Amino acid sequence: MAIPRFWREIPSRYNLVASRCGNCGTVDFPPRVVCPRCGRKSLGRMEQVKLKGRGTVVTFTIVHDAPKDFDMMKPYALAIVEMEEGVRLTSQVIDVEPAEVKIGMRVETAFRKLGEEGAAGVIHYGYKFRPAV
Amino acid sequence: MRGVSVIGVGETQFGELWDKSFRELGIEAGLRAIQDAKILAENVDALYVGNMSAGKFIDQEHVASLVADYAGLTDQHLPTIRVEGGGACGAIAIHQAAMSIASGVHDIVVVGGAEKMTDVGDVEAAQILSSTTDQEWESVFGATFAGLFAMMARRHMFEHGTTREQLAAVAVKNHKHGSLNPNAQFQREITLEMVLQAPRVAEPLGLFDCAPLSDGAAALVLCAKDKARRFTDTPIDLIGTGHASDTIAVHDRRDLTTIDATVIAGKRAFHAARRTPNDVKVAEVHDNFTISEIMAIEDLRFVPKGKGGFATEDGETALNARISVNTSGGLKARGQPVGATGVAQAVEIVRQLRGEGGKRQVANAEVGLTHTLGGTGGTAVVHLFARGD
Repeated sequence: MAIPRFWREIPSRYNLVASRCGNCGTVDFPPRVVCPRCGRKSLGRMEQVKLKGRGTVVTFTIVHDAPKDFDMMKPYALAIVEMEEGVRLTSQVIDVEPAEVKIGMRVETAFRKLGEEGAAGVIHYGYKFRPAV
Repeated sequence: MRGVSVIGVGETQFGELWDKSFRELGIEAGLRAIQDAKILAENVDALYVGNMSAGKFIDQEHVASLVADYAGLTDQHLPTIRVEGGGACGAIAIHQAAMSIASGVHDIVVVGGAEKMTDVGDVEAAQILSSTTDQEWESVFGATFAGLFAMMARRHMFEHGTTREQLAAVAVKNHKHGSLNPNAQFQREITLEMVLQAPRVAEPLGLFDCAPLSDGAAALVLCAKDKARRFTDTPIDLIGTGHASDTIAVHDRRDLTTIDATVIAGKRAFHAARRTPNDVKVAEVHDNFTISEIMAIEDLRFVPKGKGGFATEDGETALNARISVNTSGGLKARGQPVGATGVAQAVEIVRQLRGEGGKRQVANAEVGLTHTLGGTGGTAVVHLFARGD
């Protein structure tokens, strides 16, 4: 993958930049240009907001059969988390035994390495989830 | 609009077919369908090909033209169209081909679906399958294709009380059906214990909850309904189609235990056909994972929401039970050459409605349904077929 492909997503991957519709107030992540609920009424009224990074596990799995980039981590817990702002995100759950992850568990985002482009390529980073303190 | 009938079907063996190339598979299925329809090559007005990812699996794009060429149709200079839509591409190809006939542009169209998946290793193949999910906001974070369906399964168990054994019952049933299908990749029955003890892929799903990687192809010949009787005494009519989309990422869905695209596609197809789910006696649904079949039979309204696992466990979806689901063995046992899936499902339903189901024939089947998913449910297509009047 080309470096710009990671670089251009940095605001959302590092700092959880999302969008809020100026018409209905719904938060979307990553930011959207058009609100899926309000359509043209939202055009030009989408504002940038940062998610607080706190949420609840809605569902999860423990991945045993992983792509080669994740081979060193398996088995790992992967979850869909509903953030306090209402929007949902998918990422790994870390700093906990995978078997201890539960639906309803409170989590927060942590800044972590997501992968790398081979031995000499860029390292790319983003959010994972860990149990909320 | 003109009605559309199926006048010919064909498919290859499904499986790990080391000796067959993509083009050989496509041609084999296509020629069988043309022979079955008893048409001549010059009767064909266009070719539609459903194919998910030949570009990644065999480095070959532009596959519709290639198949027409090797099928010996070069001199006709046919319009050829390759259709992409994740796992639903074959089903979408049928819809597009049917519209080209319904509109009056074409009279006879061949629809093929093909995938050659074993020319890459299985880790790479799994990654290619996963390219139908959201690469930037799912895959980059470690979400695998199986992992995303596993998370739907976990939530389904949490909300509806679906059990691990009920998931396994889907695989046991479909392997049993596959044992009656000479073209299926897996023709051996399995037990509940084998499913439960299989290596874990993404909990709660294990190896036997997942459809395999496969090579294979299938084809249909579609014809304007008013001309179908010139070629066959047993035309099967395409009486309704629904095609719907939804969010690409699972986490953006309204409900993690429902595929809304299936619900909407089903409603559209039943509305177009003026039928209800009660009319359907035989259905091929998209069981790429065991949870997928459970959600499909709920979302198509064959059983109430949350009861798909219970109905499967009780045998309601077995061959010649209340509704016969995946008599071919489904993606699970027939195999899952992605581009071929939607077309192979239609081939099975046409055979059932013609009474050519052999050992797996469903008694008194008048109306049959196919349901095909793209990705994790970002696309769903439902076709309804009935015996021609």
